[in-house]
Amino acid sequence: MKSTGSFLAVLRKELAVYFATPIFYITGFFFLLLGGYFFYSNTLYYSYISYQAAQNIQISGQLNPLQMVFRPMFATLAVVLLLLVPLLTMRLLAEEKRSGTAELLFTYPLSDWSIILGKFLAALLIFTVFLIFTIAYPLAFTVVGRLDWASMATSYLGMLLLGGACLALGLFASSLTENQIIAAVTGFALLLLFWIIGWQQEIGAPGWGGFFAALSMMDHYDSFIRGVIDTRDLVYYLSFIYFFLFLTKRQLESRRWRA
Amino acid sequence: MDMMIEVQDLTKYYGPTMAISRLNFGVAAGEIMGFLGPNAAGKTTTLKILAGFLIPSSGTARINGRDCVSQSLEVRRSLGYLPETVPLYTDLTVTQFLRFAAQAKGVEAKAETGELDRVVAACGLGEVRHTLIAALSKGFRQRVGLAQALLNNPPVLILDEPTIGLDPSQIVEIRQLIKELAGAHTVILSSHILPEVSQLCQRVVIINRGQIVAGDTPENLSRQLGHGSRVRLTVKGPEGEVAAALEKIPQVKEVAGEGEGRYLVVAANDLDLRPQLARLVVERGWELLELKSQEFTLEEVFLNLVTEEESTEEES
Repeated sequence: MKSTGSFLAVLRKELAVYFATPIFYITGFFFLLLGGYFFYSNTLYYSYISYQAAQNIQISGQLNPLQMVFRPMFATLAVVLLLLVPLLTMRLLAEEKRSGTAELLFTYPLSDWSIILGKFLAALLIFTVFLIFTIAYPLAFTVVGRLDWASMATSYLGMLLLGGACLALGLFASSLTENQIIAAVTGFALLLLFWIIGWQQEIGAPGWGGFFAALSMMDHYDSFIRGVIDTRDLVYYLSFIYFFLFLTKRQLESRRWRA
Repeated sequence: MDMMIEVQDLTKYYGPTMAISRLNFGVAAGEIMGFLGPNAAGKTTTLKILAGFLIPSSGTARINGRDCVSQSLEVRRSLGYLPETVPLYTDLTVTQFLRFAAQAKGVEAKAETGELDRVVAACGLGEVRHTLIAALSKGFRQRVGLAQALLNNPPVLILDEPTIGLDPSQIVEIRQLIKELAGAHTVILSSHILPEVSQLCQRVVIINRGQIVAGDTPENLSRQLGHGSRVRLTVKGPEGEVAAALEKIPQVKEVAGEGEGRYLVVAANDLDLRPQLARLVVERGWELLELKSQEFTLEEVFLNLVTEEESTEEES
């Protein structure tokens, strides 16, 4: 009966804690509330333009629900993500340290990777649940119009990758402190940094502009919601996730030495 | 003897503060060892290192021949650990938490439910199985902590103050449980409750200010460190005369009359005074009602050691 526990144990426990605490319900509620509002207002605008296009044949060429309803909706949801993800991740490691349960968790036969992966995947699964609920918006749209589901799928893939990247960074922020508020603030500040870092190029800053744009989370996200899967973007998100999970692992290791 | 736990020159500093310094001890397989010391003596630090939660500044700790630092994962597989503060996931129910602990410790899925039932029964948690841990009393939390340590039946158990916060009847139950673990398990438990240690443990290590001051069986400790043996006797005879006669015996250091013919006689050395005392009483024609060798309690040994150490420190 002597074997090592797997990340699944941690994953199940984190899910149980998510469902037992209000943070999941509150963040989920507001994520869907805001998403629903963006969808509603964008659809309203779209139907208004469609009505005008009936009189003016010129603008009917621009009528594309993906461009006018869903692309702006996903772009705005990405901003909501920025605010919401630190709330989902702040507890993950900080609370273990504050309450002392780290002493149990780190003395169970679990490798550091099992702990990190278990926690990361639990948060990602919770986020995926939110995303699954948002499928209600495109489904509602199909009642009145036709949709390109392939582009829809790339948007969702982009959303999932962006969410994963934000969660990995949030998990790292949570490993730095035992205070949940500090973890949330740090996560939020770092995410904001990776979001606005691409603006340098837009204002025409010379030299490093391209480099910073390549690091920007939002620039890579944009091609997904345009319906394009670019290997560069995939590699960007996957290495971003790996990098922050790796930093988290290093942080956990150093804790053992410093204590 | 086969050593299950071996500690060599174990030293730990928290920044500039020394917590433990060059500890050396071993625990044989199947033995219950008590780790005794006042608060802040370094008990918890030592146990945390053994459990793989802390890394020592220098020295080595080995469990079952494996190093607690470089082979941490293997060591942790054979451990059950009850931390001093009994940290638990308060948002989960007892069953949810124990299920997680079982999975984290690698209990096979098939055996999980049976294993859960076993520890729940052993720790008397049946009535609170589906209660949120946040709503449990201190005593129940302590038992949940013990239950998670027992999961997967680990060969080595590290229990940091296992009976603290329990009511007297629970204490008896848990002590009985720990006693039953001996033989099949190697147990190291810390405590500052002395009778508990003398009841439960085959061996005791006394630690003060990060250093070992004594280590032996509870009986040997009281004999060696009691500074002379003691005899309690009850004699029917003229009180003043009896006390005076007892004091005249050369090896007797002190006689204390306790009224109603009872006396406590302290010997100057480890010599057993009983034959001499019996002879004296009979020769004088008094009646000997009771004669009993009185061992020093671990409490007295402990106080002796700790205060002795402090006084030598002041002198130096």
